[in-house]
Amino acid sequence: MTANKTEQAAHPLGRVLILGIGNILWADEGFGVRVVEYLAARYHFPAPAELMDGGTQGLYLLPQLEGLDGLIIVDAIDFGLPPGTIHTVRGADVPATIGARKMSLHQTGFQEVLALLDLRGHAPRQVALIGVQPVNMQDYGGGLTPPVAARVPEVAEAVLTMLANDYGLRPTPHTTNAAEDETSLVTAAVTRDAYESGRPSEEDACRHGDPRVLARMGG
Amino acid sequence: MTSTQTPNGFSLDNGGRRIVVDPITRIEGHMRIEANVDEHNIIRNAVSTGTMWRGLEVILKGRDPRDAWAFVERICGVCTGCHALASVRAVEDALDIRIPTNAFLIRQIMEKVLAWHDHVVHFYHLHALDWVNPVNALKADPRATSALQLAVSPNNPKSSPGYFRDVQNRLKKFVESGQLGIFRNGYWDSSAYLLPPEADLMAVTHYLEALDFQKEIVKVHTILGGKNPHPNYMVGGVPCAINIDGDMAAGAPLNMERLNFIKLKLQEAFEFSQNVYVPDVIAIASYYKNWLYGGGLSAKNLMDYGDCPTVQGDPSTDRFPGGVILNGNWDEIHPIDARDPEQVQEFVTHSWYEYGAGREDIGLHPWEGVTDPHYVLGPNTKGTRTNIQAVDEEAKYSWVKAPRWRGNACEVGPLARYILAYSKGVPYVKAQVDDALGRFNALAGTSLTPREALPTTIGRTLARALEAHYCAQQLLDDYDALIANIVNGDLATANVAKWDPATWPKEAKGVGLVAAPRGGLGHWIKIRDGRIENYQCVVPSTWNGGPRDAKGNIGAFEAALLGMPMSNPEQPVEILRTLHSFDPCMACATHVMAPDGDELARVTVR
Repeated sequence: MTANKTEQAAHPLGRVLILGIGNILWADEGFGVRVVEYLAARYHFPAPAELMDGGTQGLYLLPQLEGLDGLIIVDAIDFGLPPGTIHTVRGADVPATIGARKMSLHQTGFQEVLALLDLRGHAPRQVALIGVQPVNMQDYGGGLTPPVAARVPEVAEAVLTMLANDYGLRPTPHTTNAAEDETSLVTAAVTRDAYESGRPSEEDACRHGDPRVLARMGG
Repeated sequence: MTSTQTPNGFSLDNGGRRIVVDPITRIEGHMRIEANVDEHNIIRNAVSTGTMWRGLEVILKGRDPRDAWAFVERICGVCTGCHALASVRAVEDALDIRIPTNAFLIRQIMEKVLAWHDHVVHFYHLHALDWVNPVNALKADPRATSALQLAVSPNNPKSSPGYFRDVQNRLKKFVESGQLGIFRNGYWDSSAYLLPPEADLMAVTHYLEALDFQKEIVKVHTILGGKNPHPNYMVGGVPCAINIDGDMAAGAPLNMERLNFIKLKLQEAFEFSQNVYVPDVIAIASYYKNWLYGGGLSAKNLMDYGDCPTVQGDPSTDRFPGGVILNGNWDEIHPIDARDPEQVQEFVTHSWYEYGAGREDIGLHPWEGVTDPHYVLGPNTKGTRTNIQAVDEEAKYSWVKAPRWRGNACEVGPLARYILAYSKGVPYVKAQVDDALGRFNALAGTSLTPREALPTTIGRTLARALEAHYCAQQLLDDYDALIANIVNGDLATANVAKWDPATWPKEAKGVGLVAAPRGGLGHWIKIRDGRIENYQCVVPSTWNGGPRDAKGNIGAFEAALLGMPMSNPEQPVEILRTLHSFDPCMACATHVMAPDGDELARVTVR
């Protein structure tokens, strides 16, 4: 999203950010980004609501997260639940969950981001995390696995419900003539469709399993 | 116990006790260090293992070369822009595309805003805690901090005792609330911390200032890259139209109001590195004047490709001149050619990859590069395939390859660039280094020369700070050049003459080089029938963190740890300090292998 978007709003409610995080290059790890991409393609989010593809930026997201009235994080997290399970945590449980359960590289990054917001007195007034239990985060260059992909519309719906119930915000569906830059949050080449359909075959790309990963998954 | 001498002049002894630090915290990505210490707790052998598989290249095969930047921008969270830039440069090199002057300058502004930001965040957020004890800051007398501040940076307006007292109170409240938060993982009782409380308070205060300030400078990326995070790049130029009198209508072209805003942010960055960042590093370093360890390979071999020319396509105008220094001979700079198959090569003798039968010990130029995983452990490994207690460094032991220049291991990064520029006599760098060392010597009561001070852990950290400020100076110069070019009536930002793949040759190959924050970065691409046939990234942390090569030469991480005393092997402050001085990004050098929820590094001493 562009930085000036929020400046237009004179709404009494401060910014409410829906932040998808994760690395789209690692299969289910891209879930959070794919959910905000899905939402951006279907709904208009007027200020103070805002969608953001946070990728794995971690600390670099700090400027975007200051002084929020609401933060809704969408991410793939290992809750120890059956694959594809959706789980929501709120408040102080959010950093604790990210710290203890996050599997991938941006784990400390994001937990620290929340701690730093707190230290500097800029913590969001409300924070929630809507997560999905991943199936596979090791398939480099892969897309979402079917059980996790199936949760994208459901989690998008959960975000909309949370926006309505907690903040009274109701994004409107796009009209057919919405401008392209409003509907596309993620660069065209790496949108989910382009990314997943453009993947070369296993043989072409010479992808091989990592025995340590395979051993771990088997055990 | 075995003692060996490496061909590049280091003594290794794998006797004594073996320390394992895994994972190394406060870096991007996952890595592990094993080190042998003698009876005096001095490190006599060091083994750097990338614990993740590097599979980046395989995802790009078969894709459209014009899209590659959008993929590589997602490799990791901190190097986004440098990979995107290296990627578009590689494709433009392959297709012989010259970009318009505005695009040339706007890209340099994007590149150096990223470098400045990256250096500041690295120092205050990831590295300062190796030198600064935030818990000790609570004991400081704010008046003493104020006096210190005035002594080390008289032009910094934020220097009153009241200002530092406020910060101390905030910190107290935060610590008393029971959440040490970001500071929870330190070894705060270690005798390795040498700052007096007033210096600790000054550094912690600036840590908070840096966090406040970093959000301002990234606004430049939002404007020039169309969005942030994940700014846009494009092959042939920049996706950013110029309409100097335009308003902020849809499409948000770059207008005078936006340009003025950018200028303001660049000036603020310049002032911050001048008044806060550089003085902090000099002041902190002066308390560690007797801790001149960690130089390792930087006292011998250094490399950078060169970047930031003032004239497009003319490397003789590079503000960061490229080249290679060997064996500590600063008087001779060897030219580097990234296209020459004999120069940059990657070896996998000690990496978990294979090049095929009979090719185990050869080096491959990146255009011919192969990334074929082969996970086998040596006979002296302790532990199992999925739970290694100690690797066998005589065999394969890392997911990182070993890049070499004409067979020589080289250190890369700001320190390499600074020694190259200093040796070449770049006036700005020479003045900057001499001034900084003068201030250091005055504070510390020493008389260190550049040769003594630079190839050290502290020198690495100082070079990064100086480079941040040089970037700020270059940014102001590039901004002026951009305005002058626009005022002359040139509004072009993209060259789309070769956008259509029908205009491309059937086969092409190119290389894109960037003086990235962590060191020389190269992307090598081969294009066939409009698609990517091969893509290899040789990243700075591969040069620095890679394992030994076929001849037994050790890399920069391993070399930097040798001879370094540890105050307490259970608390690897010194190891972390020296590794962090490289600003490792193992996310780029490798790929995640093991899920790991641990916050603290596990340290095992055997």
